[in-house]
Amino acid sequence: MPIITYREALNQALREEMSRDDRVFLMGEEVGEYNGAYKVSKGLLEEFGENRVVDSPIAELGFSGVGVGAAMVGLRPVIEFMTWNFALLAIDQVVNSAAKMLYMSGGQFNVPIVFRGPNGAALQLGAQHSQAFESWLSHIPGLKVVSPGTPYDAKGLLKSAIRDDNPVVFLEGEMLYNTKGEVPDHEYLIPLGKAELKREGGDCSIIASGKMVLIAMQVADQLAKEDIHVDVVDLLTLRPMDVEAIRASVRKTNRAVVLEEGWEVCGIGAQVVDYIQRDCFDDLDAPVIRVHQEDVPMPYAKGLEKLAKPDVAKSIAAVKKVMYRS
Amino acid sequence: MATKKKSDTKNAANPALDRELLHSMLVQRRFEEKVGEAYALGKIGGFCHLYIGQEAVSTGIINQLRPDDYVIGTYRDHGQALARGVTPRAVMAELFGRIDGCSHGKGGSMHMFDRHRNFLGGHGIVGSHVPLAAGVGFAIKYRGGDQVIVCFMGDSVVNIGAFHEALNMAALWKLPCLFVIENNRYGMGTPVEKAAAVDDLSKRADGYKGMDGIVVDGMDVYAVRTAAAAAIARSRADSLPSLLEVRTYRFRGHSMSDAVSGTYRSKEELDEYKCLDPVFSLRDTMVASGTLTVAEWDAMDAEVVAVVQDAWDFADQSPEPPAAALYEDVFVDTTS
Repeated sequence: MPIITYREALNQALREEMSRDDRVFLMGEEVGEYNGAYKVSKGLLEEFGENRVVDSPIAELGFSGVGVGAAMVGLRPVIEFMTWNFALLAIDQVVNSAAKMLYMSGGQFNVPIVFRGPNGAALQLGAQHSQAFESWLSHIPGLKVVSPGTPYDAKGLLKSAIRDDNPVVFLEGEMLYNTKGEVPDHEYLIPLGKAELKREGGDCSIIASGKMVLIAMQVADQLAKEDIHVDVVDLLTLRPMDVEAIRASVRKTNRAVVLEEGWEVCGIGAQVVDYIQRDCFDDLDAPVIRVHQEDVPMPYAKGLEKLAKPDVAKSIAAVKKVMYRS
Repeated sequence: MATKKKSDTKNAANPALDRELLHSMLVQRRFEEKVGEAYALGKIGGFCHLYIGQEAVSTGIINQLRPDDYVIGTYRDHGQALARGVTPRAVMAELFGRIDGCSHGKGGSMHMFDRHRNFLGGHGIVGSHVPLAAGVGFAIKYRGGDQVIVCFMGDSVVNIGAFHEALNMAALWKLPCLFVIENNRYGMGTPVEKAAAVDDLSKRADGYKGMDGIVVDGMDVYAVRTAAAAAIARSRADSLPSLLEVRTYRFRGHSMSDAVSGTYRSKEELDEYKCLDPVFSLRDTMVASGTLTVAEWDAMDAEVVAVVQDAWDFADQSPEPPAAALYEDVFVDTTS
């Protein structure tokens, strides 16, 4: 099976879906002539032309609204945010327009749109460029939120997101774009709303998504050397969340650690813990622990940034704690 | 601002059109008066913004559209919905929060929608819908169509970022959009001159290459209609956007909770504008020119009052949405 990068996997998904359906277009800053700030859209302008690969002004609120309007009358926009930090300027269109349109029109106007771009911290980009907004976005009824961690998942989920007739928020990662993985030649889709058990072990459940899945897999490898075997549940979709997959794993392992890139307070992990306490209260042998970014804006200095981020060491410590091991 | 000078665009040679425009405006007037009554009786809840005084804007512009064109607007949307042909029954039922409303009771006063009439909604966040209009224009051009989208907005929109981002893209990409500023002189209670660092709101168009900025008397339905016709033709033929500032006035408060006059505007000012009433001005012109008799007017008014009463009766007996509707319409269960 070919091994390609996460970036190439996204590029393939866009290319395949744009070839399949001429209502699909890509719009955003630098998506065309520049080939994308992170080169996800490389070659697409050449292949599909400027009507379908549209370089926008730096105007997130404006061009995301253009996407919603176009989707209301039957096109299928893919709106690229250079990063989700900048998407805060467009949050009105995501929350007030895209997520509300079907409901407040009494079912008349669905909005088949994908808002995509990198979410979460990269390296030393400072406080305004290093934020993870999955909990903000997952809070909103009317949005689906997807967060793939591998090239295979990125491709299959982006294709499904583009075909979905609802607004989908698609969270990528700057630190993921260069990661590699197997992606088959043949076409495939991964359904939204389904988690995947990426590693099976009986001792503890690690529940993660996006970039944190890579951390979880490293944790699993290292702990295996100490004869601790963990389940890694990759949520893949944060809304609607696959609660059954979480439940099944925790009922088996009786212990859980939840990893997330974002901050602790009202984070997506808090929602996972709520599902666990509701449905698995009697199955638990220890309180659930969350691993997350420290509760500060991201510092620039390398050492401080490392301290602020959730990582393998913090995650291993969390697993050991729920297992009462040291 | 609006003046007492009559527009020279009046087309007295077309009595059938006169009657059509008068009827359209009168439906909105009597409808909104009834809405005021219903609100006072508690039949309608939430925020409710009446259109009384501004009817020449919706009628004059929407009258120029084809069925396959698009309309989008603000939370002051009852008048545009009616002018676009959404039935008084469907609009009133929506206001009453009933299943037969044009948004099936899920939208309310601020969110009238009608897919079959390409009525893309009333939108509740000031300025937020202007980029949506540019997006509809983008879709029209993407498909190579010759439709247009008309985007109604209040005067306060010209100061918000979404407006500028949308107009920039509409001009940059030559989108078939007609942006209509309904300048009723106040954003809630703040006069335009206290909010906008420009005297003439249509001048905002000057910042965008290829965009026409036009000012028109919004108390004269023919003036509005004529200006709209030119802008729409330009959009249809050359896919170019225009910015039309229509100078109008609302005879009621900003919303139902707002005093009609005496706070941010004087009774004298209100009375001065009431002399320019767009509905009665057209009626008086028609009567004076002999194209409408007083008896015919009385008959038209009685017919419209009956239509509005029928809308009330219909809305009153329409069922409330069932509990099962609560979780419907969050997502559609389809892929494409």
